[in-house]
Amino acid sequence: MREGLGSAIEARSLTKHFGSFVAVDGVDFEVRSGETFSFLGPNGAGKSSTMKMVSTVSPVTSGTLRVFGLDPVADGRAIRQRLGVVPQEDTLDTELTVRENLVIYARYFGASWSAARTKADELLDFAQLTERADAKVDPLSGGMKRRLTIARALVNDPHLVLLDEPTTGLDPQARHLLWERLYRLKEQGVTLLLTTHYMDEAEQLADRLVIMDQGRIVAEGTPAGLIERHVTKEVLELRFGGRSADGPALERPDLTPFGFHSENLPDRVLVYADDGDAALVAIRNGGVTPTGSLVRRSGLEDVFLALTGRSLVES
Amino acid sequence: MTAAASPHRAGAPLWHFLEHQYRRYRSTWTATIVTSIANPLFFLLAIGFGLGSQVDTSSLPTDDYVSFVGPGVLAATAMLQGGGLSLWPTMAALKWEGTYQAVLATPLTPTELATGHILWIGFRSVVSGSLFLAVLALFGIVSSVGALATPFVAGLTAMAFAAPLSAYAATRESDETFSLIMRVILTPLFLFSGAFFPVEQLPDGIEWISRLVPVWHGVELCRHLVNGTGGPATLVGHVLAISVPIVIGWAIACRTFAGRLAS
Repeated sequence: MREGLGSAIEARSLTKHFGSFVAVDGVDFEVRSGETFSFLGPNGAGKSSTMKMVSTVSPVTSGTLRVFGLDPVADGRAIRQRLGVVPQEDTLDTELTVRENLVIYARYFGASWSAARTKADELLDFAQLTERADAKVDPLSGGMKRRLTIARALVNDPHLVLLDEPTTGLDPQARHLLWERLYRLKEQGVTLLLTTHYMDEAEQLADRLVIMDQGRIVAEGTPAGLIERHVTKEVLELRFGGRSADGPALERPDLTPFGFHSENLPDRVLVYADDGDAALVAIRNGGVTPTGSLVRRSGLEDVFLALTGRSLVES
Repeated sequence: MTAAASPHRAGAPLWHFLEHQYRRYRSTWTATIVTSIANPLFFLLAIGFGLGSQVDTSSLPTDDYVSFVGPGVLAATAMLQGGGLSLWPTMAALKWEGTYQAVLATPLTPTELATGHILWIGFRSVVSGSLFLAVLALFGIVSSVGALATPFVAGLTAMAFAAPLSAYAATRESDETFSLIMRVILTPLFLFSGAFFPVEQLPDGIEWISRLVPVWHGVELCRHLVNGTGGPATLVGHVLAISVPIVIGWAIACRTFAGRLAS
């Protein structure tokens, strides 16, 4: 069993500067042991910089950070002994085979050769790579490389695993397979800290999350709690005619008289309403005729838009 | 606050790094070993015996040209190897492939990483130097048991260049200057290292520069060891001269590696 209650990570006024650039601007958060915590935000929000401070490779500029109650600067080695890191880019060793990548990595954590080989076999099974064990890394698919990178982060039975954009660049099938593996880790009680700019990923995996924007935390809570607090239950998406590729967006009808909060996006208008179908009927009855409409449940994407006025993933 | 007890013996992560490099090397070593034997073989045949037959040996400290040039080129080659193994591989590991970022997520520290990186290059040159020495012995050029130390001189000479060049490579964003360093700095040093002719024959200013560069000390040291010449003070002096850039380069590399890995 892993540790019970208590916090895996505690950050107070955590700040990171690169020269005059403020990457992380005084954030406070706490990750409890055993939970899956996510940083959701667009590129450049400060998610990766925060991860690098937690993984002890990047020194804190100011504020305090404790990982397992230890100081990353003074006790980096002791923290890394119990940490698993899945970087944004695969950093697998292409000179080694799939299995060697795991065995050699396990050795760094003090495992004997036989223990390292046993661990590697167990993780090859977990990552569904047993059949490719003696292959080189290069010919593997993107999804396989990611799974190997995750397996490599588990060689030391970490208490906490940091995952920086774990499914960016993967096809939907590979993403779902990866999420399923991460679920398994969660069930085993491993604390996961995950950054993502995919709201569905955060909704799928996170127990709690913070939304980051421009180095600050703009909201914190459970996925359902954030949706409930910041947006309506449903969203009505309306489209009005075409839009030429480089020309200005077509003129949109004014929806304010209907009393709904709405957001104008380049290709559509989002109308926030607890009952989307009723809202559509009301708008149609009011004489506005969209060329297309869709009612869906609200998600974290809408929360981000409501809080920052911008989309999470730039199209 | 008490730190969690680290299960590591002193130096263990550094050892694991060297073990890792050895595993990588194993997948390509047959090719490098063929090169390490073929190169000195062709050098000795063409330059040592071929060109050497035309050389007036009266101004040389050795009986024949091949005993002069053989051990000299052993050391000078180590310098080129040290350059080649530090410039592009440093950039690949720190930037292109990120393998050094990956090992930094283990108990290894940036200082241990930089130390292991330089020691590994030294080890590679000890291996190449041993093969070079075997070729020299094959031609009957070795006349002193001290020659057994020449692979280690090759390792030191390689590190004398690898340490500062790795420190430099860690600060670069691209490899555009690397070929220039090989062609404009290391190749002339190779030619004017004293491996092919005594540096006394150079104009005074250039001779002085040659003596400041660690490769000249490596060349002289190997020549003394292979031919059984040179007193203890001379030998120790050369070792110290080669060690200075290793220590300085290593200290800088520890900083530049840490800086690159933290960004």
